[in-house]
Amino acid sequence: LNHIVEQVKLLDRFSNKSVTGTLHLTATHLIFVESNSTSAQEIWILHHHIASVEKLSLTTSGCPLLIQCRNFRLVHFVIPRERDCHDIYSSLLRLLRPVSYDELYAFSYNPKQNDQQREEGWQLIDLAAEFERMGVPCDQWQLTDVNREYKVCKTYPRDVYVPITASKPIIVGSSKFRSKGRFPVLTYFYQEKKAAVCRCSQPLSGFSARCLEDEHMLQAISKANHNSRYIYVMDTRPKLNALANRAAGKGYENEDNYSNIRFQFVGIENIHVMRGSLQKLLEGVGTRSLSMTDYLVGLENSGWLRHIKAIMDAAIFLAKAVTVEGASVLVHCSDGWDRTAQVCALGSLLMDPYYRTIKGFMVLIEKDWISFGHKFADRCDQLDPDPKEVSPIFTQFLECVWQLTEQFPQAFEFSEWFLIQIHEHVHSCQFGNFLGNSQRQREDLQLKERTYSLWAHLLSENQNYLNPLFSPSFAESHPVLEPSTQAYHFKFWRNMYNQYDRSMHPRQSILKHVLTLQESNRELEGTVQALKTKLQKFGVNTSPLKPQTPPRECSLPPRPQSLILGAPLLSRKEVQQEEDEEVFGEEAREDAPASTGGERTVEGSSATENSYGELMGSFGSKNEPGVVTLEFGVARMTC
Amino acid sequence: MELSEHIKTANVEDVTLRRPFHPALRGTLCVTSHHLLFSDRKDEASWQLLILLKNIDAIEKRAVGSSGTITIKCKDLLVLQLEIPGMEECLNIASSIEALSSLESVTEMYPFFYRPSHLTLNGPWGLSSTEQYYKQTERLWDRWRVSTLNSDYSVCPSYPSAVIMPREVDDDKLIRSARFRQGGRFPVLSYCHHRNGMVIMRSSQPLTGANKKRCKEDELLLQAVIDGSELGYIIDLRSAQQAQQARMTGGGFESKSFYSHWKRIHRHHERGKVVQESLIKLVEACSDPSHSVDRWLSKLENSKWLSHVHSALSTAGLVVECVERDGHSVLVHGSEGTDNTLLVSSLAQLILDPASRTVTGFLCLLEREWIQAGHPFQQRCAHSAYSHARLKQECPIFLLLLDCVWQVWRQFPLALEFSEALLLRLAQEVYASNYGTFLCNSEQERCAAGVKENTHCLFQSLLRPDIEEQYLNPLYEPTDLAIWPSVHPQSLQLWTGLFLRWTEYAQNMEEAREEVWSIVKEHHEQAGPDRTNNTLSTHCDTLTPFENLMDELTIL
Repeated sequence: LNHIVEQVKLLDRFSNKSVTGTLHLTATHLIFVESNSTSAQEIWILHHHIASVEKLSLTTSGCPLLIQCRNFRLVHFVIPRERDCHDIYSSLLRLLRPVSYDELYAFSYNPKQNDQQREEGWQLIDLAAEFERMGVPCDQWQLTDVNREYKVCKTYPRDVYVPITASKPIIVGSSKFRSKGRFPVLTYFYQEKKAAVCRCSQPLSGFSARCLEDEHMLQAISKANHNSRYIYVMDTRPKLNALANRAAGKGYENEDNYSNIRFQFVGIENIHVMRGSLQKLLEGVGTRSLSMTDYLVGLENSGWLRHIKAIMDAAIFLAKAVTVEGASVLVHCSDGWDRTAQVCALGSLLMDPYYRTIKGFMVLIEKDWISFGHKFADRCDQLDPDPKEVSPIFTQFLECVWQLTEQFPQAFEFSEWFLIQIHEHVHSCQFGNFLGNSQRQREDLQLKERTYSLWAHLLSENQNYLNPLFSPSFAESHPVLEPSTQAYHFKFWRNMYNQYDRSMHPRQSILKHVLTLQESNRELEGTVQALKTKLQKFGVNTSPLKPQTPPRECSLPPRPQSLILGAPLLSRKEVQQEEDEEVFGEEAREDAPASTGGERTVEGSSATENSYGELMGSFGSKNEPGVVTLEFGVARMTC
Repeated sequence: MELSEHIKTANVEDVTLRRPFHPALRGTLCVTSHHLLFSDRKDEASWQLLILLKNIDAIEKRAVGSSGTITIKCKDLLVLQLEIPGMEECLNIASSIEALSSLESVTEMYPFFYRPSHLTLNGPWGLSSTEQYYKQTERLWDRWRVSTLNSDYSVCPSYPSAVIMPREVDDDKLIRSARFRQGGRFPVLSYCHHRNGMVIMRSSQPLTGANKKRCKEDELLLQAVIDGSELGYIIDLRSAQQAQQARMTGGGFESKSFYSHWKRIHRHHERGKVVQESLIKLVEACSDPSHSVDRWLSKLENSKWLSHVHSALSTAGLVVECVERDGHSVLVHGSEGTDNTLLVSSLAQLILDPASRTVTGFLCLLEREWIQAGHPFQQRCAHSAYSHARLKQECPIFLLLLDCVWQVWRQFPLALEFSEALLLRLAQEVYASNYGTFLCNSEQERCAAGVKENTHCLFQSLLRPDIEEQYLNPLYEPTDLAIWPSVHPQSLQLWTGLFLRWTEYAQNMEEAREEVWSIVKEHHEQAGPDRTNNTLSTHCDTLTPFENLMDELTIL
């Protein structure tokens, strides 16, 4: 298995541009290497990232192959011979439907680490330590071993925290009354007010069923918090959905049966609605020569931002109940692993500045998503897919966080690039963290022995994900974030959903520039200190020397040439060189116009990809000059 | 009638002022001929709010028991509420504001009374002129000349006294061409590209009328512009159909048969009332208290404001494409040539010309292409988004320009020397100002009113070093290249800095901006104070203290 097809054309999605190159199909990647160009753009597409492959009908220039990726990349190849196209097509079809976990990339990926390093990577995130950080166990909350063997709930972690007063029979009884056995457990403890955020699945109440143990369980949660006489029960579903569930013997808590609860519907739609919404969104923003009107109408019709706002509203409600009223909150939806995970995680992030740091955010994902059994394998279509189970639930969570970073530019230690990178790897199946649907399954797969942890990888290059504007003092003055829910704050996340459509991105990046400045500031300081100590060793008084030491540019660590971070920071010389090449390319063309300058561009900005409009065919016959491409697949970065 | 006669009640005590996201304040309210002054009652560290009456776009009064409430909606989009004890006082104040905020006589306006101690009236007025631009642009000297045929504004009342014309066309021909163009706005040079000598011209529509009249001199003039090169582009800012229709009312377009070397491209741009209404709808959408995303998106779409931004940037991109990439000269016009024409030609210059991306360069561009070129500021900016007055000539084309410039800055945050703050300041000044710069509709009117002699110049004052600093972009790194903005709808955004200026959102952004400044400053301090504008890329060029230190180490 190693196809190589030459003379393949890669068409740009939004313009008439195309580049020619060679297509390589390997066991793990589909690789396109641009030929005949100094920049030699390479695109690496991991097979796991491919959502669908489509062979379009034959054209005069060859056979078109359309590949859609889960990281929102869309590539359109034209392969000269139909035979080759068919070979690639059928190989891809086979490759992108792995039938067993062993076929996933994570099991063959080897970053050249020894076993000890691998183990250390897995130990980076320790949830027991995290609960300790929150102040649990304490006089009201304890660790229970009831689920040690995954006997009570298969999709929960082994270690769960419950109120002191909840005895084992109560837990077991409650679990029998909850969908999939997901009984109420602690997920976040707000120490300041001793208020708890708990999560579970819907009760099997039907029209009238009750369960005393479950009622006791809720009472135990309530009693664990002396600050408030009541607890909130948040059903994150729309009321209609919850009502419909009653007919199937499920449903929601009857306020009459539970003492001191305040019941609240929140109205987040289910996985199927979200799947459809994302699809509509992508169709909208993937349209060529989209008008402003169609764009905005498409955005509205997709409903996507409405759903994002619904999640945010729920998280804000949760955070307010806990931090302002000091009440404990129990959150559930149907099974308690989609909407519940979104709301609990986002709510905790609003309440606790720790989750807004790089490490803390990893902990948050590990806790509310991975350990509590968000079904990553099903939702992200990792294996033997059931299309009805796929849904962008985790993507929505990342987007909510992004929306917050936009409202609070100084509150987060990480930039959006971090969020996008996590999204990339949730789908890449390159690391073990997100494989499978539950902790139990992960243990069966022996992921910690056989694969690597994404968190170690991300931490090792964490300087790429820093938000230069992060201010720890902001966290002190704003321990709880109170985002505005004015509709205009909800914006389309271009850098996620159009991340590979390079012509849409700003050509210069503030983020990257400031990050570089900051890095150089730190380095300067370091150099000065080092030199001073050296001089002191030689007994030289350093005071007359001013500590002004500009860095050499080459000493800066390499930065990913990501689309998100914008154009790579080139030295002036390099820019000049590129210009010269471009001009040369232009003049070398036979039909070049008698222009004096040729096309000069700033870091990739050019007229040709902006479709300002037709000059009525005057450019039609010309080839586009090779614009330096900044494509930078993540796969390439990490493989 | 004296201005003071409009003031029936000059002072009211115990007034409560409410502003968005601030606690209510109690204090004294004064009305003067040009200002509304509110001052906090506390004697020490008293806080004052001074509003130019001209900045007030609309007021609404409401009676609550014996007291009244006045809601003041400003042209800079700020909304204030005043609770005034005493109904009579309230009505008096309201009627004074109404009368004094809509003065029509230019010489009664505040710039004629503004006399700060640190400025003198004898200082230089304005930054540039046609002659100066000509002097600076060496490429022009060979084939172009400065013509003063309009020195008494008789050929074209809305043009400045001097214009740049091809050498081979004499003034008599220009006069004929002017008669053939609406409002006498014959094709004049607006920009000469430093890289290839191609030019951007602008004019109004030709008066071909229903019988397809022609004007030999106008044809010769355009022929002289391209001077033997095979092609020029005419960017007509109307759809082909609109241009056809314009013939019925005496206007028209350059027909292929008479202007054989010019290729006409039509691009539809909304104008006048439609754009004004678009602004009104957008501002209304931004203050909609509903939190529904669907409603917001639908209102945003319905306002069409971003569509106007989109078309302005696309057409400017098209002009740049013709000039820079295709190497041809361009003539831009719509109908009158005083609105969209200026918008497109100045945006094209910003994209093409690094000189127009500095603070001074940008202000010069505005001066040449908007003020001297005869954009009727007084008519266009008489009212803003809140006014209930019947629309006359209002149109926020200048605001649209500032928005487009902001979009360019978003995409090229290092390429402009000025920051968003300058754009916001201009957006405010254009509607209500202490300075005379944006007064009147043309050079001729400004001359007649004695604006230069009796008011101060905004641009001069913005360039004073202590003032200019607030408007600098800390990340500025000049580039010689054209900065082509992306015009995908996904790349354009609502200008939150302007339209959400008075929300809590602005504060977080302000703090973030300050953080950027402090990082840059820290860098400058460490990397050497003398290299303020150049960052990393130049550091390896010179011998630095760092190397000195290294040398010392090696010696040791």
